[in-house]
Amino acid sequence: MLVIKCPVCGVEGEEGDFHAGGQAHIVRPASSDPENISDTQQRDYLFMRHNPKGLHFERWRCDRGCGKWFHAARDTVTLEFKGYYAINELPPVELMKQAKGYWAGHFASAIKSSKRSKS
Amino acid sequence: MSRYSIFSLARNALNYHKDWERAWRSAELKSEYDAIIVGAGGHGLATAYYLAKEHNMTNIAVIEKGWLGGGNTGRNTTIIRSNYLQDSSIAIYELARSLYEDLSQDLNYNTMFSPRGVMMMCQTEHELRAFQRTAHANRLAGLDCRMIDRTEVKRLCPIINDSPDARYPILGAYYQPRGGTGRHDAVAWGYARGADERGVDIVQNCEVLGINVENGKVTGIETSKGSIKTGKVAVVTAGHTSVVMEMAGVRMPVESVCLQALVSEPIKPVIDCVVMANTVHGYMSQSDKGELVIGGGADAYNNYSQRGAFASLEHTVTALVETFPIISRLRTLRLWGGIVDMTGDRSPIISKTEVQGLYVNCGWGTGGFKSIPGSGFVFADTIANDRPHPIAEPFGMNRFAEGRFIDESVAAAVAH
Repeated sequence: MLVIKCPVCGVEGEEGDFHAGGQAHIVRPASSDPENISDTQQRDYLFMRHNPKGLHFERWRCDRGCGKWFHAARDTVTLEFKGYYAINELPPVELMKQAKGYWAGHFASAIKSSKRSKS
Repeated sequence: MSRYSIFSLARNALNYHKDWERAWRSAELKSEYDAIIVGAGGHGLATAYYLAKEHNMTNIAVIEKGWLGGGNTGRNTTIIRSNYLQDSSIAIYELARSLYEDLSQDLNYNTMFSPRGVMMMCQTEHELRAFQRTAHANRLAGLDCRMIDRTEVKRLCPIINDSPDARYPILGAYYQPRGGTGRHDAVAWGYARGADERGVDIVQNCEVLGINVENGKVTGIETSKGSIKTGKVAVVTAGHTSVVMEMAGVRMPVESVCLQALVSEPIKPVIDCVVMANTVHGYMSQSDKGELVIGGGADAYNNYSQRGAFASLEHTVTALVETFPIISRLRTLRLWGGIVDMTGDRSPIISKTEVQGLYVNCGWGTGGFKSIPGSGFVFADTIANDRPHPIAEPFGMNRFAEGRFIDESVAAAVAH
């Protein structure tokens, strides 16, 4: 059973109180450049999902609470939630640094730019 | 390897069953193979068996992280049917179902195929129409399937609640008389014994740690028992496909989620067919031991833990109590979860990959057991000839880029 806490209204519940919205941070390529989308890009957008054994980043909705969408970082082996952040944000830098595999690649530029803004 | 027969049974009975041979060797890994299959579940072992039997490839190994048949092969609800909607699906599932018919004779191992009939309930007008469409598609493809009415449903399954006042009344059912169940462990064990007899090495407790690729070609694998050279690697690891394929740098269009099942305490025979109630999300049959075998829908989130959500099970059981009121007082004996790999169109992937010599068979999602013989048969052919078997061809991974989906998400037995 999952124990989930909504970062918007603060209620805590299990998966029945929330709605799983799948992988987070998927960018629709056709939104920025609709004329030059390759079949591979469109496939990646629609079907290729990060499916890590470990830290994963997802969208969830507070179904029986405030009804808002939010982001969460969750371990797919221990089923433990590692952090929550707003629906329009990238994960906190320390969580992005823990990401492995395809997620690490996904966040590489964001981690780099966060370093630059600090220095 | 001695053959199992009434005579061997009698002979061993006289010796108090002390002298039965092991069904397969505990093989040592060699340093080089013609092909390596990762994953000793039903699909992997069937692939090895047909590679040895049909294609004379016997210098092969099946490596397994845990124990043989310990993943989804040992965790499913053993339902066998082939009444899918799309032509490509019908071809592969019916190949599998027809191979199940004489699998026990082929393997000389009792896989207990029991064609007791599978009924898929129609509980809304829309479902009735959708199944009528599937029925037409199936009859065109030559499957022995038909629509039956409420009276026939009640005759075949007297314990069903056929009250017109039910929340979802029974309007009829889609019936495949030659569908049924099998003994899941025996399928894995039978294929293991058959493959082993032909010289295939089955190595358990051996985890793959890396896939070596040079110039776009597979050269070998790294395992917890050392490195092995090989030109062909076939990945058949269900829920762990993404993890294993990432070792070769291949990204997969699958997500791993938990699917649960449970059995009740054993009772006297009450149901002699398989009933799938899709609208309410549950399916049930009775095992030879008397346990009611119950399954439902998969969880909604990615999971590698083999522990699922209680809410999903509760949903399934609630639905089945409504459908079969007599089971309301039964206690649960065991419940468990397995990690299934779901594709976007809910059809499997049987494919070559961009890495030469790397093959993948995955994405069976919630319907892997029924397809084991067919999947192994066409995958073995694909590996041996380095080109997709005609039945496997539509299931290539490139279909997702080409928009050539085999959409079974609405035709499958339970909405996913």
